[in-house]
Amino acid sequence: MNLEFESQDPLVQYCLLLADNVLILGQRLGEWCGHGPTLEQDIALTNFALDFVGQSRLYYQYAAEVLGNPHSEDSLAFLRDVPAYNNIQLVEQSNRDFAQTIIRQFLFDSWHYYFLEQLQHSGDERLSAIAAKSIKEVAYHLRFSSEWTIRLGDGTEESHKKMQAALNRLWVFSQESLNPADYESELISKGIAVDLAQISAKVAQKRKAIFEEATLNMPELIPFFGNGKKGLHTEHLGFILTELQYMQRAYPGLQW
Amino acid sequence: MRTTHLEDNFQQKIDAEERIEPKDWMPETYRKTLIRQISQHAHSEIVGMLPEGNWITRAPTLRRKAALLAKVQDEAGHGLYLYCAAETLGVSRDTLLDELHTGKAKYSSIFNYPTIAWADMGAIGWLVDGAAIMNQVPLCRASYGPYARAMVRICKEESFHQRQGFEIMLTLSKGTPTQKAMAQDALNRWWWPSLMMFGPNDAESQHTEQSVRWKIKRFTNDELRQKFVDATVPQAEILGITIPDPDLKWNEERGHYDFGAINWDEFWQVVKGNGPCNQERMEARIKAHEDGEWVREAAMAYANKQSQKLTEQVA
Ligand SMILES: [Fe+2]
Ligand SMILES: [Fe+2]
Repeated sequence: MNLEFESQDPLVQYCLLLADNVLILGQRLGEWCGHGPTLEQDIALTNFALDFVGQSRLYYQYAAEVLGNPHSEDSLAFLRDVPAYNNIQLVEQSNRDFAQTIIRQFLFDSWHYYFLEQLQHSGDERLSAIAAKSIKEVAYHLRFSSEWTIRLGDGTEESHKKMQAALNRLWVFSQESLNPADYESELISKGIAVDLAQISAKVAQKRKAIFEEATLNMPELIPFFGNGKKGLHTEHLGFILTELQYMQRAYPGLQW
Repeated sequence: MRTTHLEDNFQQKIDAEERIEPKDWMPETYRKTLIRQISQHAHSEIVGMLPEGNWITRAPTLRRKAALLAKVQDEAGHGLYLYCAAETLGVSRDTLLDELHTGKAKYSSIFNYPTIAWADMGAIGWLVDGAAIMNQVPLCRASYGPYARAMVRICKEESFHQRQGFEIMLTLSKGTPTQKAMAQDALNRWWWPSLMMFGPNDAESQHTEQSVRWKIKRFTNDELRQKFVDATVPQAEILGITIPDPDLKWNEERGHYDFGAINWDEFWQVVKGNGPCNQERMEARIKAHEDGEWVREAAMAYANKQSQKLTEQVA
């Protein structure tokens, strides 16, 4: 079974955006497992990976129900190729070092938390239920990544330098989560998707406050031309999917 | 009190199944033996994260990915409890990690074998966690309190891992001929190293006698190995796969399975560092530790700054 993925249903596209974001970030964090700076951080990052994979399943299951047979959470995760993936480009960026991992995490969490806060009020009951369930985990993610941003930003000269470099490097990807894709705009007008314009001030405020406390310079806003939400990705995603989908591609159609 | 009195008291307490706690008097060799045993166990937990962590990004379904993440995270948690238990004996985690990284301390040799297929996640859970349970359940009654309590928590999770691993094997064995062959191949590769996990034969084992007297070991290596074989053979039958040992057969008289000779040359070679993955495992642990140094330093520096600020505010 190789699903050519063609559904244009905005609700499906939106579910995939939310699912792909957390699956790909979970996949990245899973790479840390066994390699963290201390056992405690190893456990925390693995735990976030676990939260994210769990969240992705809820969205995929919903999308699969909307699509009907033969779709399933696994067919959606394992049988779509790069152009059918809707995640923002931030989450596919590589781990590199702990600084880049933490900045990536904070840039994601500082959007994700306020996003879920609003998604709880979605006109779509299923999405609002998923948001209500996930936000408890994400509140902790945000606390963790905020604290580590501050700790490392305001730690030693070396850690400050690494954090500033990571921020400068990833900043270009920081705004995509706030730019609606066309399918998103359609659902915003129906009261289903989160109106990103409504949360952007909160996101910006949180980022500013944490970077300030971390003594990090927040770079100027840069217009972003990437469009992961519409399936345009950086070079990383192809490699991520190669690993992620290896078993399902090598041994199609089996139960595991 | 003279040392002999202290020692007599100590042994009496142990004989009466009372727990030794961190502040109690204990012979220096007891302390050292425990530190060696607990830290070796802790190191095994964290090195053991590597062969399984290896498959997190490639797990075949989302459900399996989540379960594997949870499992490897449990193992990290086990490492943490055990380092904490060792610290109650007056040795720091840093010192123990140094001993691991310099090769002074050992960890379970099983983790020096490669995980080359998904089925290995099944075989490891089923056999390696299974063998760990055999070793560890008696340690829930170990004489040293913090160790025994850590083992109680750990054993609960290990038996969950064992069932999960068996379930992966069961799914494969009910699958296509290719999947069944994957299960058989994994069993072929993990069976003998699993038997080696119990350590040398009793006649060759240096530490057993004293450790049994101190109740930080309740059964000998050979006794535990036999229990494991007896428990595992029927499970392999349920899976419909064959244990790679032509000498394996039920011995009516003994009431146990007889099994073939273990290749101890291989065992000692792997212990000495010549297994297929010894170098990679150590490199990965050392790299994680070295790459993390700036993070640990920064966390310390930040904490110091914060407490300084607090004192200034108070003053
Ligand atoms: Fe464990
Ligand atoms: Fe385990």
